[in-house]
Amino acid sequence: MSDLFTSAEKHLKSRHRSESRFRWMGRLAIGFSLGFLAIMLFSIFMLGKGALSRAEIALPVDLTAETVDQSDIEATSFSKLVRNTLFETFPEVTDRGERRRLLGVVSADAQYELKRQVLANPELLGQVQTIWFTASDDIDLYAKGEVDVTLPEDQRRLKDLELGWLNQLEVNGQLRSVFNKAFFTSGDSREPELAGILSALIGSIFSLMVCFALSFPLGIMAAIYLEEFAKKSRWSDFIEVNINNLAAVPSIVFGLLGLSIFLGVFGLPRSSPLVGGMVLALMTLPTIIIASRASLRSVPSSIREAALGMGATQVQSTFHHVMPLAMPGMLTGSIVGMARALGETAPLLMIGMVAFIVDVPQGFTDAATSLPVQVFLWADSPERSFLEKTSAAILVLLGLLIVMNIAAIVLRKKFERRY
Amino acid sequence: MADNEISFAGRKRPLETLIKGALFMSSLLAIVVTVGIVMSMAFETWLFFEKVSVWEFLFGLEWSPQTAIREDQVGSSGSFGAVPLIAGTLLISSIAMLVAAPVGLISAIYLAEYASARVRSYAKPLLEILAGIPSVVYGFFAALVVAPFIRMTGGQFGLEVASESALAAGLVMGVMIIPLISSLSDDVINAVPNALREASLGMGATQAETIKKVIVPAAVPGIAGSFLLAASAAIGETMIVVMAAGLAANLTANPLEAVTTVTAQIVALLTGDQEFDSAKTLSAFALGLLLFITTLFLNVIAMRIVNKYREQYE
Repeated sequence: MSDLFTSAEKHLKSRHRSESRFRWMGRLAIGFSLGFLAIMLFSIFMLGKGALSRAEIALPVDLTAETVDQSDIEATSFSKLVRNTLFETFPEVTDRGERRRLLGVVSADAQYELKRQVLANPELLGQVQTIWFTASDDIDLYAKGEVDVTLPEDQRRLKDLELGWLNQLEVNGQLRSVFNKAFFTSGDSREPELAGILSALIGSIFSLMVCFALSFPLGIMAAIYLEEFAKKSRWSDFIEVNINNLAAVPSIVFGLLGLSIFLGVFGLPRSSPLVGGMVLALMTLPTIIIASRASLRSVPSSIREAALGMGATQVQSTFHHVMPLAMPGMLTGSIVGMARALGETAPLLMIGMVAFIVDVPQGFTDAATSLPVQVFLWADSPERSFLEKTSAAILVLLGLLIVMNIAAIVLRKKFERRY
Repeated sequence: MADNEISFAGRKRPLETLIKGALFMSSLLAIVVTVGIVMSMAFETWLFFEKVSVWEFLFGLEWSPQTAIREDQVGSSGSFGAVPLIAGTLLISSIAMLVAAPVGLISAIYLAEYASARVRSYAKPLLEILAGIPSVVYGFFAALVVAPFIRMTGGQFGLEVASESALAAGLVMGVMIIPLISSLSDDVINAVPNALREASLGMGATQAETIKKVIVPAAVPGIAGSFLLAASAAIGETMIVVMAAGLAANLTANPLEAVTTVTAQIVALLTGDQEFDSAKTLSAFALGLLLFITTLFLNVIAMRIVNKYREQYE
């Protein structure tokens, strides 16, 4: 008898061990997902925070009458001015090849920066002024401490020559780090130090406006029909299956639809936010319909019966009583759908929104790109400096998504009703 | 009194008829879009199959749309055997499912059966974040962090790992689809009637035994549905594979090599300069149709299974 007892007890112990093993597996599985999420966000944040600052170099520019025609500033060759300033700052550099490298210390935009400053502050003219120039991307990386100077010279882009100049600038206080406003106020550029997200951001906003203007009204109308008017039939079942299936169709297929119908048949402008928004609208439509139907369903039928009982028609009962109550839920679903559309890349590639866009798009038919596409384009660029731009653009994108999702949650919390 | 008489006959309300018509029309849009997708791709695919035979497309082992290999070939602009792409898609999706299926299912079980309400209220939305992050972000992370890490780790064990390996893309894709499996499986497990749970616990089974022997078997159809939906998402995923898996059409089962997928090829074929009517451009639509049919098939089966299962316990 005691034998049986001990063997049962042993067995029980092993069963309890397996119980706690199973529990730990569950914790491990959730920990794996959340750990991955944390590592991903952390590494993107660490990579991207550098893009918030940029290096600038101070150079004494001779703006006296000898170099700048005081009466006609436009006629001055500012590129020559920048060149001469650099050569005078480092008079020991005489070799042609070395001089060309010296010119590469400041960004390719330096002459326009100088021109802008002079045009904005004419009082600078007439004397030698210290002007801060945007440094080129390699210098920028050095200033952020991302260049390993212990590597042998032939393995780094900055040679000892440049390091010598930089040393001199640093000692003289001619190298500083400032907030990189240009990242938020300019468009794409081939030069990493000048590239910004504004054109992509505006492209995204235009696309989302088109997307919302199309998918929100159509989505809630379809939902109202299916939930309030349609009689349960084969036909309504078929529509429902269609909607559920569209919600799971790969996004790239919508891009192919846009390419062959919107561009091929209707001849709408390629690369435009108009077409981008239309494609995104088709994609978000099922999400909005499904969310809106759920929201309509949660309105109790007593509301409808009361309205109908007071003599309202079905249309009146729906639009005056049911829809206002369901509106917060519909909006919440739409915001979630918009957030999804904001992050979508693949269908936009199909309709040509992958162009190199410097100028901020002015309208719905201008060539444009979008924030996630910009991330994709920069991720493909070989320059190392684009790495931090890519990560920073991702951070902006994630920031927008967080704002939209929080808005959806707040809306839901605020208007949530239990009947 | 005659002018005060009330008529109970329904007034004609043309506006309401109009509104009802508009509502009906917008509900048709879903069907219009589906038809539009099928028609647009079917038309281009038809043109494609006039240049390249269906047989070659479905069973050809060579994919190189850019260069002409045989002069006498119809279309003479390359070879269009989709088998390497299909194999690559399946390889990457399988890796993704190997990650997502166990992790997603076990997470769902833990959340539904073990976690306290407090833990659940934090962990569930956090897991959902994974589904909300744009795939281009995953692609960037896969190419920049995961692929070099796998390459380095492989190097330590003396393994040759391609810089754009199927493993990196598959792993990251797996993480992305975890929430698809976990949230649907969670619903399904919650829908298992408590009577089953109580009966098993009452007989002296531990919680783990109850889950393994009673709850999961009862929820299997729904779980299978969630797996199918996740697989469909993995097959249709584009940005991760474009950024992390590359474009080399290798026919291989080795996850350490670079492979390409149907979606990555569609992007490669249709971005940049394109001439309409060339076999190269048209082949993208044939691939798109193949993708649409495959995912449609998986989705319809998955939804059928899940709906049937719901009815069973309602």
